[in-house]
Amino acid sequence: MVNEKPTIVVVGNGMVGYKFCEKLVSKTDAYQVIVFGDEPRPAYDRVHLSEYFSGKTADDLLMNTLDWYSENNISLHLNDPVQEINPEAKTVHSLKGEVIKYDYLVLATGSSAFVPDIPGVEKEGVFVYRTIEDLELISAYAKNAKNGAVMGGGLLGLEAAKALIDLGLNETHVIEFAPRLMPRQIDQPGSTMLQMKLKELGLQIHLNKSTSEIAGEGKITALNFADDSSLPVDMLVISAGIRPRDELAKLAGLHVGNRGGIVVNEMMQTSDPSIFAIGECALHEGMIYGLVAPGYEMAEVVVSKITGGEREFHGFDMSTKLKLIGVDVASFGDPFINEPDCRTIALEDTSKGIYKRINITKDGKSLLGGVLIGDAEDYNMLLQTVKNNIALPPNPEDLILGTRGGESTEGGAGVMNLPEEALICSCESITKGAICCKVRDEGITTVDGIKKATKAGTGCGGCIPMVKDLVIGTMKEQGMYVKNVLCEHFDYSRQELMDLIKMNNVRSYDEALDHYGRGDGCEVCKPAVAAILSSLWNDLIVKQQPIQDSNDRYLANIQKGGTYSVVPRIPGGEITPEKLIVIGQVAQKYNLYTKITGGQRIDLFGAHVNDLPAIWEELIDAGFESGHAYGKSLRTVKSCVGSTWCRFGLQDSVSFAIEVEERYKGIRSPHKLKGGVSGCIRECAEAQAKDFGIIATEKGWNLYVCGNGGSKPQHAQLIAADVDKETCIKYLDRFLMFYIKTADPLARTATWLNKMEGGLSYLKNVVVNDSLGIGEQLEEEIQHLINSYHCEWTEVVRNPELRKQFSHFVNAPEEKDPTIEFDSMREQIKAKEW
Amino acid sequence: MEAETTTDIKWVLACYASDVPENGGACVKYEEEQIAVFNFTRRGEWFATQNLCPHKQQMVLSRGMIGSTGEECEPKVACPFHKKTFSLISGECLSGDEYQIKTYPVKLEGDKVYIGIRSTT
Repeated sequence: MVNEKPTIVVVGNGMVGYKFCEKLVSKTDAYQVIVFGDEPRPAYDRVHLSEYFSGKTADDLLMNTLDWYSENNISLHLNDPVQEINPEAKTVHSLKGEVIKYDYLVLATGSSAFVPDIPGVEKEGVFVYRTIEDLELISAYAKNAKNGAVMGGGLLGLEAAKALIDLGLNETHVIEFAPRLMPRQIDQPGSTMLQMKLKELGLQIHLNKSTSEIAGEGKITALNFADDSSLPVDMLVISAGIRPRDELAKLAGLHVGNRGGIVVNEMMQTSDPSIFAIGECALHEGMIYGLVAPGYEMAEVVVSKITGGEREFHGFDMSTKLKLIGVDVASFGDPFINEPDCRTIALEDTSKGIYKRINITKDGKSLLGGVLIGDAEDYNMLLQTVKNNIALPPNPEDLILGTRGGESTEGGAGVMNLPEEALICSCESITKGAICCKVRDEGITTVDGIKKATKAGTGCGGCIPMVKDLVIGTMKEQGMYVKNVLCEHFDYSRQELMDLIKMNNVRSYDEALDHYGRGDGCEVCKPAVAAILSSLWNDLIVKQQPIQDSNDRYLANIQKGGTYSVVPRIPGGEITPEKLIVIGQVAQKYNLYTKITGGQRIDLFGAHVNDLPAIWEELIDAGFESGHAYGKSLRTVKSCVGSTWCRFGLQDSVSFAIEVEERYKGIRSPHKLKGGVSGCIRECAEAQAKDFGIIATEKGWNLYVCGNGGSKPQHAQLIAADVDKETCIKYLDRFLMFYIKTADPLARTATWLNKMEGGLSYLKNVVVNDSLGIGEQLEEEIQHLINSYHCEWTEVVRNPELRKQFSHFVNAPEEKDPTIEFDSMREQIKAKEW
Repeated sequence: MEAETTTDIKWVLACYASDVPENGGACVKYEEEQIAVFNFTRRGEWFATQNLCPHKQQMVLSRGMIGSTGEECEPKVACPFHKKTFSLISGECLSGDEYQIKTYPVKLEGDKVYIGIRSTT
């Protein structure tokens, strides 16, 4: 029974070697597949290697588990590099002594780091950046290092520099021989902009530097340069390029290039037709492809050849988009072509750190390539425009400036105009046609479904926004009803469910599930329905305990280690000395860590669940109320000191902030809400970064809405100018209730607005001009919520039955969780690391 | 704790049914172990698992939300920290990770909730 099938041996278990196996077994099981890898673990994601330092484990990075290999009958030999190939006998010989006869041999040996011949490279503290083992060595050494440098300012070098920053080095330097960063991808002005952004992030960059010596007694202490300057460092990571691993091929007499790389034809065959080479070890028409997408395409070509297909490899587009240390960098098509061979349009905005360049043909009809730094949102569309030679609009500058004047056009429309053969996912080479076909013919309507069915979006993930637009676009084209259902238990959107619950006077989660859902619910629909019930009826949140998020269930935010935080409301950030003293005393008594929050209040961390009622009892006795930091509800209305003290202040911003915070406190909404009130245009309260912001003017107040801080900051936009206090509150009432009633669960106001058809002008019409005629109704509805406000903690503290629920052990209510431990830091407690 | 012994499962009185919130959970201390008990009122069933979420080693599963998934309505609990979900029957992680939690049999006698501890000998 052994080996009746022909055998394919794969040498190398990196990303490309793995991808070959995956593609092969998905097409055929006619082969016995044997894989040799020289690393101790199966293939992992090298592209995201630096995430190993920001918390991902080696396991998180695996391409697939060991079980996957055995389930697919792939015999995987780890830690066992192939030592020799005998092309005549068609055998490979491994280090551990395995001798395997192959029918096809696939070399996916990848590359090693290129280490230039500089005196001192052998010294302690000098590393390369290639494998998880390298990372482990770097990470161990960094514990005792202060200053580090990376040699090489290319893509990988900057990734390595990010790793050093994450490891907490005091200073991280990047040394580049060329006059610019990422010389293969971006141009000089792009590099200058990138340098500026990276400097802000604490990276020191030295260009035009040739390293002449790595100095130090046994271990590195400094770098000496050809220009006689010197830089003291404790460690160095070399990332000066890659060298294809072609030794094995050379030994076997296969044809290799002068400067390395196993020569292959368009079928990826080496000079021996039964031996293939793919990935970074392969040399195709004089090119080594150091990216993962061309490697995957090469794997596809070999699978096609073996299974009788006709796919060929004809070079690969080297366009890339990545986030380097938080800065978007992209380069596509031909980024470097210059006038007079083309026309170039460039945009440089040093205040925002954005540089965009596009190269277009002289007739202005097609796009040739470009560079994007700081903002690469348009990358996918620009790349498709190049690849599919799509005709440019009459004003090609709109491509990078956006259309000015008038409302912007809908983002999704562009994708639907692409030709069917447009490559959407270049990692897995999936076309637009393939994705739309799955939607049309198989009724797949989710991005996850498309990922499973086509593998699109499973590589770098950069195409996922386009996949999503394609799914929705195709559904619309097919006249399918596009809707966001809550989860597998409810076939309704949040808004629909809210209407049903309201019209039928549903008062509990179970009732909603019985009438409109199925199954037993889950962690998605339970809190969503809980929030709807609260927004409609404003019942006491603890009465609906088991459908609340853990934070709502204990009326406190769960923190690392399982303790909770306590945040009393401090409206507008104004607090008396007496109350400050009480907070200090409570924190002292219950051993809590204290910190001022971004919303001008005080967060007390590290409270045992058992202590929560007693802590709150003391706070409430002193006049505090719940701050609702645990709820999807109004957090704070931040204020600057305003006209009461400030010499610039135009209006009393503190009083207005307190009034607004008191008005909307406790109201449950689809997501948290933050507000701000500034006393003048200097905007010290940062009101334009909030869900609603109010800024004083000479004549009254300006109202801004739908701003957001967080991961994708967005400025709030003006919907009413120079209005008086009463009008401002009327608009706010309408705005907030409209949001509460129509937003998807967990959509902040900014996201809600971004998805709203008609955008800001529509919202403004509804709120200010009452275009839907629901203004009065919205005001009444929110007034009901305002009137039914209650402090949830006051109710718990006064109710012995509710208090009882705040224990860790149901059978030992007095006992605290013994597994909770704290570390100490700067004279306070700190949660133990997990 | 009172204990009664059957062939290979020791039934331990954990708590009273009325102590555990409907469609919710509570944590039971048994010797040095922490066990999460779930009162799945909607299904008329009780379940018990380890209280430790294996993802970040946190003693919190009893505070998680319970629900079901799939055609078969597999009962599950979601960890409040990162929403990893686990089957209340098999203990298998249902959100795609390779975790496995311990589950325990539960029986009710009147208002008394017993958890079955399998003898390790």
